[in-house]
Amino acid sequence: MKKSLLFAIAVTVSLALSGNSWAVTPDEIMKKSQAAFLYPGKDFKARVMMKLVSKGGQERVREMTMLRKNYGPAGGDQKYFIYFFQPADVKEMTFMVYKYPGRDADRWLFVPAISMVRRIAAKDKYSSFVGSDFTYEDVSGRNLDEDTHSLMKEEKYGGKDCYVVKITPKAADMEYAYKLSWIDNGSFLPMKEEYFDKRGELYKVFTADKIKEIKGFSTVTQRTMKNLQSGHMTEVSYLSVDYNIGLEDGLFSERFLKQPPKKWIE
Amino acid sequence: MRVHFRQVITSAVVLLLVSPALAADISLHGFLQGNYSADTTTRNPDGGSFKVAEERLQLKLDASKDPFHIFIKADGWYDHISQLWDSDLREGYVDYTSGKWDARIGRQIITWGVGDLLFINDVFPKDYEAFFSGRPLEYLKEGIDGAKIGVYPGFASFELVAIPFFTPNTFPSSGRFWLFDPMPAVTDREKVEPAVTLGNTELAARAYRDIAGFDASLYAYRGFWRQPSMIPDKVMMPTKLTLFYPKLSVYGGSLQGRALDGVLSLEAGYYNSREDRGGTNPAIPNSEARFLIGYQRQLWEDFTVGLQYYVEYMSNYSAYQGSLPYGFPRTPRYYDLTSVRLTQFFVHQTLRLSFFAFYSPAVGDYLLNPEIKYNFTDHIWAAIGANIFGGGNKASQFGQLDKDDNAYVQVRYEF
Repeated sequence: MKKSLLFAIAVTVSLALSGNSWAVTPDEIMKKSQAAFLYPGKDFKARVMMKLVSKGGQERVREMTMLRKNYGPAGGDQKYFIYFFQPADVKEMTFMVYKYPGRDADRWLFVPAISMVRRIAAKDKYSSFVGSDFTYEDVSGRNLDEDTHSLMKEEKYGGKDCYVVKITPKAADMEYAYKLSWIDNGSFLPMKEEYFDKRGELYKVFTADKIKEIKGFSTVTQRTMKNLQSGHMTEVSYLSVDYNIGLEDGLFSERFLKQPPKKWIE
Repeated sequence: MRVHFRQVITSAVVLLLVSPALAADISLHGFLQGNYSADTTTRNPDGGSFKVAEERLQLKLDASKDPFHIFIKADGWYDHISQLWDSDLREGYVDYTSGKWDARIGRQIITWGVGDLLFINDVFPKDYEAFFSGRPLEYLKEGIDGAKIGVYPGFASFELVAIPFFTPNTFPSSGRFWLFDPMPAVTDREKVEPAVTLGNTELAARAYRDIAGFDASLYAYRGFWRQPSMIPDKVMMPTKLTLFYPKLSVYGGSLQGRALDGVLSLEAGYYNSREDRGGTNPAIPNSEARFLIGYQRQLWEDFTVGLQYYVEYMSNYSAYQGSLPYGFPRTPRYYDLTSVRLTQFFVHQTLRLSFFAFYSPAVGDYLLNPEIKYNFTDHIWAAIGANIFGGGNKASQFGQLDKDDNAYVQVRYEF
């Protein structure tokens, strides 16, 4: 009891000494980071190029238009609409996700060859997004309540002052035991994330490689996820990004899943 | 191969509206495909040892200029078994899109219902020969020649389909498949499709919306059975069989949504066999009710399991029993089917191992379909698999195909 109190004081003092950050709790940092990284704007559009690179250097490309609309404040419901251009065997497929905080998303896939819309069963936590090194959760985030956050330190990364937050899932059903996230204290975007497995070994690294200011929102336009164990990596570029473009609610429907409107997907 | 004049009509409808789109965005895609399926049990009835052996080119042409969109998907292939070139317009239609409604006119594939290879409210044509002989799954569905109107008033969405030109299901051919034939001695057979008249125009409607997080649909159809019925010219010692498509209406509904950590599907439909309401004509199917429950769940990374239970309940069963000629195979009052689908991806979802099986507890027959598919590059994939049939009896759906086991290869270059 006494020991932990002493430790708490020591931590508080050290945080106070390290700068003005003692006013910010790790939960607040993560909340701001979630808003900046996954919820900017009322809606969002990007042409996404994913390059999957194997250890041997073989490349595969996944190209899509991704549309997102927020419902409610940051951390709330979101709808995603994805139209695939590449590879050839998924060309013109569309994919729709209704994301809810705290429970699994609803997902629909449209298969143009037989004009069929189907719900698909997938777990956010351990489903690779289109075979890449990113999981669904890496793409669309996860509920902040599912993790504990602790501020480890502050340091410069890539020339930016960053908070280093340790993010530990409360449940044990995750692939990683914890991750460390370098969060820019200005934009609150994650600059780097290191994933550690159950044995405490670093096995996956995310880096934000390029940041652009678009309509006043700092946006990671180039990012990489590298799996250190398999040597496989995925590079993602956002070729054209726009915010607050006025996506209608009706877009996220079976009608447009079957006939994606050109004005939004091109 | 379907009637050519209809392809001509469909193409003409498409071309009629091509002119405004000529200045539009045009894209051309398609694939080259090799598809071979070898018998693994015994030779075909006609002596051949392949169910499929062909190279195929598919071209897909897209052109759009708001509010119009044109799509043409055409196949040409060389069939090594018949040693003939052939072609088919798989789809060819014009879309018109407006704010609250849209229309699609021409040959088009429509898929309704929530079953996995089990169809209740999907009353549109299927190609079972393609399905049983190891073609890619998309060839199970065939286009209809008609028009579809979509209406989206907000509280629900509606699809209305009118089909003036009837398309039957395609069943395995007697040359390439061992099939049950109740009257093998009668070789003089005539197929009569419903005449193209206003009264024979098939009508199908679907209304759908979200109900408490579930996708809910209601369906109605007025048209014909797509499986032919056989009428002999004489009851005793027939010399000729007429194959025709009796009148049918279908009413049903479906629900699909997230439940029990997976996706739950429910579907039901009532098949009203309008030319045999009393069930006393043994040549025409009785009315029946169909139910389906399905459940799909991801158990671990890149592994999904899907289970289904399906049942048909025949109306007026005693009338059916009473009128069935001696020696004809009897359909049970309850005919049921179970299915399992297992799918596991490996190597960043480029290698797929899958297993699909049907088993009928009522009849005891089965279909097994293991398959391995690998995407060599973003443009080239290949699949190898097998269709294995058995159990049941010589007349049951999969039992009659007992000697038709096959192993297949599909290789496709997509561009």
